[in-house]
Amino acid sequence: MNIDHIILSLIVFVPLAGALVLTLLPDRGKTMQWAALAVTLLTFVLTLHLPFHYSYASHPGGFQFERNVPWIAAPAIHYHLGVDGLSMWLMVLTGLLAPLGVLISWRAIDQRKKLFYVLFLLQQVAMMGIFVSLDMFLYYAFWEMSLVPMTVLIATFGRSEKRRRAAIKYFLYAFIPSGLLLAAMLWLYAQTGTFDLPKLAALATQHAISPNAGALWIASLGFLLAFAVKVPVFPLHGWLVDAISEAPTAAVMVLAGKTALYSMLRFSFAIFPEQSHRVAPLMIALAAIGIVYGGLLALVQNDLKKLAAYSTLGQLSFIMLGIFTFTIAGLDGGIYQILNESLAGAAFFMLLGLLYERYGTYDMRQYGGLAQRLPWVATVFVLVTLSIIGLPILNSFVGEFLILSGSMQSPFAHHHLLTALAATGVILSAAYMLRMIQRVFYCELGPKPQAVAGWNLDAREHIALWPVVALFLAMGLCPSLWMRAIDSYGASMADHFAAIHATPPADPAALQTTSPQTTTGGARR
Amino acid sequence: MNLPTSVIALLPEYVLTLTGVLIMLIEAVLKPGTSRKPLGWLAIAGTASTGFISWYQLRLGVLTAFSGNIQVDAFSIFFHLLIGAVVVATLLGSLDYFDGHASHAGEYFALVLFGAVGMMLMTCSTELLMVFIGLEISSISTYILAGFRKGHGTAVEASIKYFLLGSFATAFFLYGIALAYGATGSTSIAAIAAGLATSATPRMAFLGLAMMLVGLGFKVSAAPFHLWTPDVYQGAPAPVVGLMSTAPKAAAFAVLLRITFCGFPQMQTRWAMLMWGLAALSMTIGNLGALKQTDVKRMLAYSSIAHAGYLLAAFTAFPAAGISAACFYTAAYAAMNVGAFAVVTQVGGYKETLRSFKDYHGLAMRRPVLAALLAFFLLSLIGIPFTGGFFGKFYVFSAAIQAGNIWLAVIGLLNSGVACFYYLRLLSSVYTKPAETAPAPVDQTAKETGASLTATPTISIPAGIGLTLTAAATLLLGILPGNILHLANSASSSLRATSATTPSAASSVNSHSSLPPSGHSR
Repeated sequence: MNIDHIILSLIVFVPLAGALVLTLLPDRGKTMQWAALAVTLLTFVLTLHLPFHYSYASHPGGFQFERNVPWIAAPAIHYHLGVDGLSMWLMVLTGLLAPLGVLISWRAIDQRKKLFYVLFLLQQVAMMGIFVSLDMFLYYAFWEMSLVPMTVLIATFGRSEKRRRAAIKYFLYAFIPSGLLLAAMLWLYAQTGTFDLPKLAALATQHAISPNAGALWIASLGFLLAFAVKVPVFPLHGWLVDAISEAPTAAVMVLAGKTALYSMLRFSFAIFPEQSHRVAPLMIALAAIGIVYGGLLALVQNDLKKLAAYSTLGQLSFIMLGIFTFTIAGLDGGIYQILNESLAGAAFFMLLGLLYERYGTYDMRQYGGLAQRLPWVATVFVLVTLSIIGLPILNSFVGEFLILSGSMQSPFAHHHLLTALAATGVILSAAYMLRMIQRVFYCELGPKPQAVAGWNLDAREHIALWPVVALFLAMGLCPSLWMRAIDSYGASMADHFAAIHATPPADPAALQTTSPQTTTGGARR
Repeated sequence: MNLPTSVIALLPEYVLTLTGVLIMLIEAVLKPGTSRKPLGWLAIAGTASTGFISWYQLRLGVLTAFSGNIQVDAFSIFFHLLIGAVVVATLLGSLDYFDGHASHAGEYFALVLFGAVGMMLMTCSTELLMVFIGLEISSISTYILAGFRKGHGTAVEASIKYFLLGSFATAFFLYGIALAYGATGSTSIAAIAAGLATSATPRMAFLGLAMMLVGLGFKVSAAPFHLWTPDVYQGAPAPVVGLMSTAPKAAAFAVLLRITFCGFPQMQTRWAMLMWGLAALSMTIGNLGALKQTDVKRMLAYSSIAHAGYLLAAFTAFPAAGISAACFYTAAYAAMNVGAFAVVTQVGGYKETLRSFKDYHGLAMRRPVLAALLAFFLLSLIGIPFTGGFFGKFYVFSAAIQAGNIWLAVIGLLNSGVACFYYLRLLSSVYTKPAETAPAPVDQTAKETGASLTATPTISIPAGIGLTLTAAATLLLGILPGNILHLANSASSSLRATSATTPSAASSVNSHSSLPPSGHSR
């Protein structure tokens, strides 16, 4: 039996089986932690199979490791899995973050451990499912399923009394637009008779989904709204701050961003290319506003988690800016930045979790002078900060540079202005991050560190943090390792857009602007 | 087997009736103190055997008996199996419910069986008067069952309220039959369809349909006729609520499907509009009403109103998809709702001292397995993937969308967004709030009942089996809906076959009818 055929199913179902095993194990001592660690590490090793056996030679934009068997006959639903350059590294990343999440929760979660780790693994199942599903229906099932463990994690393990409100807010924000997504999806099925993504994308290229342009437009907005809320995009970010400030560290690490951005790239862009193109100027403008808005609000926060939340909003807006330019540079940079943001964000939240574990507060004013007490924490913290700011030779620099250059080349109105606006985000992020470093680690010793004796990183925390830092450097120094797969997606997507605009209802301007970028984008890398 | 068709066709009903009578007889000779559990097992065995009989009937094709008044086809068998399964699950869950509280538990088992007979009769009759008889049989047993906890104020209220309003509703139903008879000259569903084409007074026929809709709308607690639901659900014993929120509803929906799709197919656009309104209203009122409830049973009552609305949405779809979607949804809803009420039964016990959201605080700590099951059923009611509720909603709304009722689907999906708010509130009570310092309930009645309630109760084996079965059913409907869907599809096609052959069948059916054939020539 060739493992390539079942590898994706294994990746999805190993955590599920792990969750079942965990429910049966006794919740005693460190059993839960070790079991969860074993399961997540096994999953991570399985995800590593993908990049090692990924065939770069096969035609770009195609799916690999595919598995397609009928699941339900009456509405034609298939169990169709597959990965391409877009999802492969996202899966490896998700696989990597899970054991780190377990390591960082080792001591922080000391009650109801079984519930915590079971939900954590279920969340893992849902995310992996989202990344591998090529059947809209299967995808939607995982998409909805991902809400539940996260909501319970926030509601049960949140830090303050507001946790239930935050959880319900999160759920409603995500669930209601998902209803629109489902309606749009069912409408698509009624029109085309298939849930299969590659088929739908092919139909979209031929303008054959529906002759009703208005309905198509509404359906595309249904998709976009569901994803935009979950990212979140600027005016829809109401849930983000509450959820981030309440959620436990391991949950925050996977809370925002990557699944929704991935869904946008995978589904909105493939099924509704023209509509996405039409809505792009709005999304770019919202992204630019989000960058500045997030940066400015992060600048005035005293609560570390809130600062991180607004910083996340800014970072995610950067990615939105990149992918909605529809240039190769923008798409590649955007996808690369998803990886960077997830890594850097995860490291940032892990460090905040460490501080909270030691001192029991996220209030920046309570800290100060920690560099004397916790030199290792300070070191890693500064490195993470530099990555978030986008220092050259670290990973985010590559992503942000590509995004901004892509956005400068984009064919939409006011793109120079908006790119300039977005570029101020880089400065803002430096401002708030450095302000925070200064307040927390330098100055005089604050009231908390005086009262409570913290401890420096222990071995477990070292193990959790240093791989991420090493990846910062690796991804900054040789991005081509990752870009190779991502670019195969980005290029095929840009071609796809070009093809859309080459056929009858064509927009000659778009075609002209895409072709030069193909060369510039390739040359820069 | 050489049994006559009239025996085979109604064999499930016969078996249930005989079991019920047997239980009544044994109950009368048992000493007051002895346990009634064997009677319960007898009832379960009887119901299970009807399930096998129905399964066997499935292979016999369409059976017509009693001059065409009874028609056993895939459609009726689907509902027979469903009702049988609900009854078994309910009986398993309530086997220990009456221990030490009621000396007359045998009657309970018998009444449940008699009720089931009525419901099953409703699903296989093609003659409105037979339907009415089935409706009455099932209603009268449920009226009594609702008030089964004698001596509880709310129980008496529930029973009386249900009885008075229910009688009204059945009167409406009967009136509707009379009007339909006046307009078309027959009370046989197939003959009505044939008579409609030539009827001089189609408006009267439609009025008759609307009256029947009122009667059945009451039974399924659809929105303007839902007012009894919260009070009755609150007062009636929890296992009975689990039963009466699913099985009679399923039967009523089956009748509704038969009447609308087979009896009045020509008027589809008109009654579909009525259904549209009922569906939208039920969903909205049910969900908004549930938002502010603090009693778990009341909350579930409103939620059942909302679910009736989702189900009615299937009626607005053109037959093929609509009927099978409705059948599937009924099954999924039955599994999850019976399960949820089984958990409520276990938590509350006979006295139902633990009933409000507050009492559910910290349930996850005290009884983790029960809490996890409740969470699963609630998630299914919300419609989270990999549960039966999700596929149910999916089929219903995709049927509605395929029929062009996109706005109804949007209303429904937004409603399910609102719905998750109150389900989540209960979940958050169960999982995130700490239990009160003493696990014992604070109110006075609980203290009187003593330690037996408060000392960590365990789930008895039959109740455990019942819960496992419902949970497994909910999960299977969510992962492998294929089998049930296949059954629902064959149910749907058998029903459509009936309606398609209506004109040719009508004359023969009508000539057999025992009613005066005066209207036939109209």
